[in-house]
Amino acid sequence: MWVSKTVDADFLALPLSSLSDAAISTAKSLGASHVDVRIERTRTGVLSLRDAKPETQSDETIVGIGVRVIVNGAWGFASSPDLSADTAKRLANTAVAMAKTSKPLSTEEVSLAPEPSYPNKTWVSSYEIDPFSVSDSERKDRLASLSSKLLASSAVNHTSAMTMYVKEQKHYADSNGTSTTQQRVRVQTQIEAISIGEHGFESMRTLAQPAGYGWEWMGNSIWNWDKEIDELPTLLAEKVKSPSVEPGRYDLLIHPSNLWLTIHESIGHATELDRAIGYEANYAGTSFATPEKLGNLKYGSKLMNVTGDRVTEHGLSTVGWDDEGVAAQRWDIVKDGVLVGYQLDRRIAARVNQERSNGCAFADSPAHVPIQRMPNVSLQPNPTGPSLDELISSVEDGIYILGDKSWSIDMQRYNFQFTGQQFHRIKNGKLAGQLKDVAYQATTTDFWGAMKAVGGPSTYVLGGAFNCGKAQPGQVAAVSHGCPAALFDKINILNTVAEAGK
Amino acid sequence: MIAAQDLIEKVLARATSDECIVIVKDKTQANLRWASSTLTTNGVIQERSVTVLAFVAMDGSMAAGGVTRTNVDEKDIDALLSEAISAAKAAGPADDYAPLAKDLTLGDWSAPHNPTGPDVFKKFAPDLGEMMQRSVADKIELFGYAEHTHSTVWVGSKGGLRLRNDSPIGRVEMTGKSHERSRSTWEGIETHDFSNVSVAAIDKAIRQRLEWQAKKIDLPAGKYDTIFPSGSIADLYTYMVWVSTARDAFEGQSVFSKKGGGTRVGEKLANVPVNLYSDPSNKLLPGSPFISHAASSPLGSIFDNGQKSVRVDWMKDGVLQSLIQTRASSELTSLPFTPMGDNYFMEVAGASGNLESLIKKVDNGLLLTTLWYIRMVDPNTLLLTGLTRDGVYYVKGGEVQGATNNFRWNDSPVNALSRIKASGASEWTQPREWAEYATHMHVPPMVIGEFNMSTVSPGN
Repeated sequence: MWVSKTVDADFLALPLSSLSDAAISTAKSLGASHVDVRIERTRTGVLSLRDAKPETQSDETIVGIGVRVIVNGAWGFASSPDLSADTAKRLANTAVAMAKTSKPLSTEEVSLAPEPSYPNKTWVSSYEIDPFSVSDSERKDRLASLSSKLLASSAVNHTSAMTMYVKEQKHYADSNGTSTTQQRVRVQTQIEAISIGEHGFESMRTLAQPAGYGWEWMGNSIWNWDKEIDELPTLLAEKVKSPSVEPGRYDLLIHPSNLWLTIHESIGHATELDRAIGYEANYAGTSFATPEKLGNLKYGSKLMNVTGDRVTEHGLSTVGWDDEGVAAQRWDIVKDGVLVGYQLDRRIAARVNQERSNGCAFADSPAHVPIQRMPNVSLQPNPTGPSLDELISSVEDGIYILGDKSWSIDMQRYNFQFTGQQFHRIKNGKLAGQLKDVAYQATTTDFWGAMKAVGGPSTYVLGGAFNCGKAQPGQVAAVSHGCPAALFDKINILNTVAEAGK
Repeated sequence: MIAAQDLIEKVLARATSDECIVIVKDKTQANLRWASSTLTTNGVIQERSVTVLAFVAMDGSMAAGGVTRTNVDEKDIDALLSEAISAAKAAGPADDYAPLAKDLTLGDWSAPHNPTGPDVFKKFAPDLGEMMQRSVADKIELFGYAEHTHSTVWVGSKGGLRLRNDSPIGRVEMTGKSHERSRSTWEGIETHDFSNVSVAAIDKAIRQRLEWQAKKIDLPAGKYDTIFPSGSIADLYTYMVWVSTARDAFEGQSVFSKKGGGTRVGEKLANVPVNLYSDPSNKLLPGSPFISHAASSPLGSIFDNGQKSVRVDWMKDGVLQSLIQTRASSELTSLPFTPMGDNYFMEVAGASGNLESLIKKVDNGLLLTTLWYIRMVDPNTLLLTGLTRDGVYYVKGGEVQGATNNFRWNDSPVNALSRIKASGASEWTQPREWAEYATHMHVPPMVIGEFNMSTVSPGN
């Protein structure tokens, strides 16, 4: 249920409309055909504990205004931390001057796909407890008590615990008459148990995912933290004693706590249209899924259905309107195994003659320009699909992987390698003890083509990350990926100790 | 906005905690980004951050708490100080406590921040425009990024710290693609002020590499003698620096942990006389003369704010000398206080020559351009994985034979130290993946033997 909240009064008390009006009218008078203004305030708290004692503590607020213009088909952008009318006008001037300087270097006329105007809209994400309303000691005590429980076990030598909590407030206004004010909250917590001994060191981390919740996430009612912490030492002790994996091909049953990251890297980034046409070629990379393949690329097996959206409750990419004033939407990216959709912003949509953007523009700071960023990209469960137990019992000889750890993929999103937190052997339909030193390596379309069973709704989990990187200057974004557990046929497994030449 | 120095004095004057440190960072930046030989984004950016650190004496030690804001109005100072004190009290006596520095003045405290802006591109931008035109005519597509940043840091404290440091830094990155994007190469250059950026030299290098890719030679996965340009060595060893904290090693959680306890300091890691050091007084790549941290982390402590930076030898003649320390971890590990540097110099004693001279030394191997998507696979061995990117060349008999496919690699930079087959002279270079973080890297190109190319990647 969407909890109804309002934007904080102290953000609304800032001179939001007067600054954006000043910037828009100044830039228009200087010849801008389009102007958009963002006034943002983002507060980020970080607390990390090592062996149950604080190691890192920070509480940072970034405030500022960014003005972006199009003049004669060229972009200009300027930003400042100073929220005054004089600065807003000065930024409009600087952005227009920057657009004029840029013109000789621009062979492409920038235009934007049209969007209706949305005057005076507000939107707040679904959460109960503002994490900044919780006292410093309450946050610390929660992490310390979970860490201490782990340290009390003889299987655990050290712990690390980290929580990061964010409140993002954004006022957007443009020369098309749109004006939105939005507030989003998110929390991520990870706790790791470490074992040291003859084996070197081995660790295991909680599987809890980051999400668009407030501090209520840290109770036991949404995610059962205490239960997970109670189970972790035994799982770690078993992992330490487990055999090193025999490399080769195995059937892989992948839990959502691992699969979300494979979706993120091999589908999420590969279906960003700005990447696919080359905008990120110097940095984040391009994509094998180039535009001429839309509608005909066989991305995976017929069981594969992937959507993009900015509307999922508690989704990290969920908004009311994006950073170009486009209303949040939901659409198909892969349907029955075929590529059918991309992620768009207004500029890219216009460039490829799409009628409308699907609302993926985002800037992580007032000092950065909005670019196309990832919506929630999710693999749909099979409505009548198997439960987790049924999936396990369907595997004759395989490995069940939970939790994400190491990840890497090439710049065209073909070749990837992932590790995990837990690797359970499956023999004759039953779990048969853990393995260690496991990595899986595959090519994107081979991997998704090998998906032979998709779990039902009971296996579905919303996973995600706070730290997705893209663009220069670098921008980070938070994004969710929902998925069921899924089974993959004969995937290449490496032994990471053997890879190190030991 | 209020001047940074005035703001610091106003905050310190109202601070009631046992000690208070205020750090103000002012940053100005201009950037240009292009793709398919047209400008895609640009920006003129101004940023400020104000960090207030409150220190509260507690149980013979001290607790610390910090709050960072973009700017602080005079009316908000008391609230900010009380938030920092409350964070300190909640944290309790700090694990990284060490007595705080006092009474030190370094740098020109009173001078204002010297902003940069688009004028820094006065020569570069038209040169880039001409290069784009030539490239379009020759069916070469250009993708890249240019950035110039001025940063100023002020650190003031109740105890008499008045420290200031300025750091101008910039870079140009250029990817060139041709033949329907089937060929791809990359160049990067670091700069303080764009005076050393030659667009003509970038253009020449891009064209030479794209020409080398006319011939394609497919190679399988395997272990190869591999020539690393200095930038890719910087990417590999930046990762090693990040995991080289003394406390992790001492507590058994690092590749630098000794079996049975303690650290590997004193152990010979390299088969050739490799030296790795940081030196704040270096003329070409000066580092900050003092330590400043807005928050504690394994890499540095807020209790070390205002300590003077010193030269640190991390590796000498191939032997591990030091690990990254806070003063607290130095006491824990009984090793000297060797704080993380903000410049890194790596060299092989006696090595000379450039990348071209290394190619001549390789009979049968690979030449890389850059590494990409580097991530930890196994921290016990510092096994990293990643990809090769924008040009891998097959080298036979000391000559480039043609381009080969990209690889996913799995190897450890620590283990690779014992497999160095040749090295060139060190140079100021640009890492690719860590370009935003590691700007002051002076390292050589190297040949590493038996580098583990784990699978072929079809990515281009």
